[in-house]
Amino acid sequence: MAPRLKLFLPLGLFALLAVLLFRGLSLDPQALPSALVDRPMPDFRLPRLADGETMVKGDIVGEPLLLNVWATWCISCRVEHPYLQRLAEGGVNIYGINYKDDSEAARAWLDELGDPYRSSIVDESGTLGLDLGVYGAPETYFIDADGVVRYRHVGVIDERIWSTRLAPIWADLQASSGSPGAVGAAALPTAAGIGEGAGS
Amino acid sequence: MNLVVSAIAGARRHALRIVATGLFLLGLPALAVIETYEFSDPELERRYHQLSQELRCPKCQNQNIADSNAPISQDLRKLLYERLESGASDAEILDDMVGRYGEFVRYRPAAEGATLWLWLAPLLLLASGALLLFVLLRRGRGEAAPPVSDAERERLEAMLAVREGDTGP
Repeated sequence: MAPRLKLFLPLGLFALLAVLLFRGLSLDPQALPSALVDRPMPDFRLPRLADGETMVKGDIVGEPLLLNVWATWCISCRVEHPYLQRLAEGGVNIYGINYKDDSEAARAWLDELGDPYRSSIVDESGTLGLDLGVYGAPETYFIDADGVVRYRHVGVIDERIWSTRLAPIWADLQASSGSPGAVGAAALPTAAGIGEGAGS
Repeated sequence: MNLVVSAIAGARRHALRIVATGLFLLGLPALAVIETYEFSDPELERRYHQLSQELRCPKCQNQNIADSNAPISQDLRKLLYERLESGASDAEILDDMVGRYGEFVRYRPAAEGATLWLWLAPLLLLASGALLLFVLLRRGRGEAAPPVSDAERERLEAMLAVREGDTGP
């Protein structure tokens, strides 16, 4: 290497470091890839929040669904709650896992804030959460019509995240499910449709 | 004089005792949150400690589940205890945990796929460092001083002759 060029070595190293550090700014060190992606959702046998009836996996699987892990002690869950409700109104099929919570308080919360869930599964001891690999709330699992986990989102779902990242995944689930409901539903939960509702 | 000294020493000892007691009381809640399990076999207990040291808390990412008080770690410890008591092998338990939380939960990930780099990177770094050192040292030896010419040798000898004639110390 020519001596002249050698002088630029520190600058080159600096540039490389700058690029890596800049990339690091937008990475979330807490984010973990889910080990369950492309694997069947774990079986469970747990009570339903509304009436205590036993629910099993077969009760919820059959069409694409979101499985949202929530609890009354989880502040961020309160933040994402109104948006979940809008998604539900837009036709997104959402089930809840009431994770390590007091059922009484959970029912009161849904009475007060509204209930976006088809049903909520009571996971008081966190066993289903463990099987799913939940490490905090809120977390949302995208499960296809065959009961296979396709995506896991950690953290609050809001309009920006839904429209940029999650809506396409949901649309894929709908498209690949091939169920009769998919035709009608495909038109509903687009980001644009739900976003407009927000503006009014 | 002696009396004063011993009085001061006594007061200090007293103060130390209060501080020690305070520290002890402060430590109590920390001890209380780590639950205890009764093992049917001391061997299981040994494996429990070993595995809980090796499993990483998914929430508080730089602690193992033995050190962490996060609820998720408590759950994982409970699960670990139950699996051990049900007779599962270490490999089965680790596979189980990895199945839920990915290779991330192991402080000693399997040496395959993406985690292979974790194992190889230190070796690669060491090797490249050794190579660099080798190259630099080789180059230094290659650049031997240019041979001394006859004229230079004469000058040198003249200088040395003067030096030997010196009477200085």
